Amino acid sequence: MKPTLPLEELMSPGHLACQGCGGGIAMRTTLKALGRDTIFTFPACCWTVIDGPFPYSCLEVPLLHMAFETTAATASGIKAAMNAMGKDKTTICGWAGDGGTFDIGLQALSGAAERNDDIFYFCYDNEAYMNTGIQRSGATPYGAWTTTTPVKHFKKEAKKSIDDIVAAHKVPYQATASVAYPEDLFKKLVKAKDIRGFKFIHIIAPCPPGWKAKPEDTVKLARLAVQTGIFPVYEVDGGKYVQTLKTPNRKPVLEYLKLQGRFKHLKETDVADIQKMVDTRYAELEKRFLEK
Amino acid sequence: MAKERKKIDFKKLDELPPMVMSLRSIAANPTGSWRNLKPVLDLGTCIHCTICWKFCPDGAIDLVDDNPVINMDFCKGCGICAEECPKKCIQMVKEGK
Amino acid sequence: MKKVMMGNHAISHGATLARVQVIAAYPITPQTQVVELLSEIVADQRLKAEFIKVESEHSAMAACIGASSAGARAFTATSSQGLALMHELLHWSAGARLPIVMANINRAMAPPWNIWTDQNDSLSQRDTGWMQFYCQSNQEVLDTVIMAYKVAEKVLMPAMIVLDAFSLSHTYEIVDLPDQALVDKYLPPFDYKYKLDVKNPHTYGGLTTPDWYMEFRVKMHEAMDQALVEIKKEADVFEKAFGRRYDTVDPYMMEDAETVLVTSGTAASTARFTVDQLRAQGKKVGNLRMRVLRPFPFADVREQLKNAKKVIVIDRNISFGYHGIWAQEVKSALYGHSKVPVFNFIAGLGGRDIFPETIADIVALADKKKKPDQELYWVEVKR
Repeated sequence: MKPTLPLEELMSPGHLACQGCGGGIAMRTTLKALGRDTIFTFPACCWTVIDGPFPYSCLEVPLLHMAFETTAATASGIKAAMNAMGKDKTTICGWAGDGGTFDIGLQALSGAAERNDDIFYFCYDNEAYMNTGIQRSGATPYGAWTTTTPVKHFKKEAKKSIDDIVAAHKVPYQATASVAYPEDLFKKLVKAKDIRGFKFIHIIAPCPPGWKAKPEDTVKLARLAVQTGIFPVYEVDGGKYVQTLKTPNRKPVLEYLKLQGRFKHLKETDVADIQKMVDTRYAELEKRFLEK
Repeated sequence: MAKERKKIDFKKLDELPPMVMSLRSIAANPTGSWRNLKPVLDLGTCIHCTICWKFCPDGAIDLVDDNPVINMDFCKGCGICAEECPKKCIQMVKEGK
Repeated sequence: MKKVMMGNHAISHGATLARVQVIAAYPITPQTQVVELLSEIVADQRLKAEFIKVESEHSAMAACIGASSAGARAFTATSSQGLALMHELLHWSAGARLPIVMANINRAMAPPWNIWTDQNDSLSQRDTGWMQFYCQSNQEVLDTVIMAYKVAEKVLMPAMIVLDAFSLSHTYEIVDLPDQALVDKYLPPFDYKYKLDVKNPHTYGGLTTPDWYMEFRVKMHEAMDQALVEIKKEADVFEKAFGRRYDTVDPYMMEDAETVLVTSGTAASTARFTVDQLRAQGKKVGNLRMRVLRPFPFADVREQLKNAKKVIVIDRNISFGYHGIWAQEVKSALYGHSKVPVFNFIAGLGGRDIFPETIADIVALADKKKKPDQELYWVEVKR
């Protein structure tokens, strides 16, 4: 059978990602879609370490490491420079975790989105500050254990709706994606590459140590997140919502939650609460998918 | 700089670039040593779907003449390939001895 | 071509002549005119540059770091709170060895809010690895923007041009705008050997263990040492090209001065006025204007002060729990080389005027003492 993605690797093995890292799958797929004429900037996040210490790197494209809050602003600066120097074809990407996107990096993200700067902004979302040891972030879902939301005080706030926040900036293109469906992500990126303006890609990337899940379950969890409706996969192209991974007969959230130690403490009532939240949000999105 | 696997070391200040920049591929770092479990692939049952290749977070599986070949220098033993293989061609067995 | 302009506009014109390619700036009083004029110049296409209207100073410096890393000449301007907000990234741009040039209008730090001149903002950044040039005229401001790019791009360390709020930023003076052709000859295009390049991909700023981190800091320090060499060299080169000379320090009536007033910024202009008055009374007073704070010109300071019998440093800043910062720097430079008594007077904080009479009083007070009997002397404070 033909591979569904290009064979060429722009990322070498030997990098320092944990066994079964969703962020690794996300980057590998993204590089295949974007190709060599790409420049990345990372804030402080897992990928700061994954790429490797001086004097090594796993990427075959240029990368600028930068401070935590700066991703979108740095990418905007790189893009402006490339334009000023007549190299406007190169794809410029900010690549941040959920911490650097939902929380500390939100201001810069909003600024770049409002200016419609011609960059890709990727958020690989493992739902907590994983690089510093699993502390909660604005992306941590309701009910999750983290080191700062211990079991007796598990996270009571809902996951911040970053996609709605970005959509409010009326950016030309945004999408969600899952590492379990790399072809879907690939297709979106190939299309989005030709769109001028701000492009936001939000990828669910399970984290075995942080989610207290088995490393071999990473893809399974990224699939169940979609199939339960916890992480709906869609794109918003010029304001139009299109669900790219359809999920009729959504699986119950319990199938997803029970594979993760970070949800082990939840009672039946908590799971029911989560089911209700997911159903409500999914219904909201369904309305948008149905709009002409 | 693609995938050459030489380690690098510096003896003098002058050998260093002015700022921290990468000079070699991390392919010099054999992460195969991280494994507790190792994948054992049965090519006989393999249907060449390429699913194992596409999901490896480390790119440690190569496709050679349509066959998946697991690079044991780098495989961390995460087990995703075994879990995702539709024909269960890959078994995770204890590393060593 | 001579034009009357405010200090802020001298900055804008300096950046234009330097052909900056990316500007990322956020407005803050009293810097706003810098970016307003640059916006017009860019909109009129008198300067081919990308102007990113960032949403904070922190993002302004981040964007400059991105732009400079990609190989473009990057510029920004700010003041007080904005400079403080950039602090983390001042360390970053120096560590990343990026020749970014920034104008900082010296303005008091809040609280309370105060928009007038005070040097605490820039002086508290003196450890970040940025070169710092303190200017006293609009001509110097314009010229220093151009010189700063030349030096910064040679040694790969960033540089800030510092000028007083309102006393210089909003004061109109005659400025001679050099010909673009002359500037182009003096300042070639930025050719960054280590730029982000898809044809030669590298990762910049990766994790570095204690085994290597220190060596990179040595390189930064050595680059600053080299910057001092370059600044002194450029004093000659710039003079030859444009007819104006700027060195690390600016001596006035220093040849036989027994009492030396050490000042920076516009206070130096006032000090010279007072020096003239005191000289008329037969006092052997001189003024040493400090222009370059980093890299610190140890040799020049020691040389200029070697015959002084009394040194009076007037600081428009204070390091709480210590004393004035220029005084610290000067005393430290003199230690082991000179036993001259150094008096430290703190004056003009938060934009309070420093009058010629103020300086005359300072000299009179210092005259009464053989050596200072206090770590610092507050000037004209209401008690």
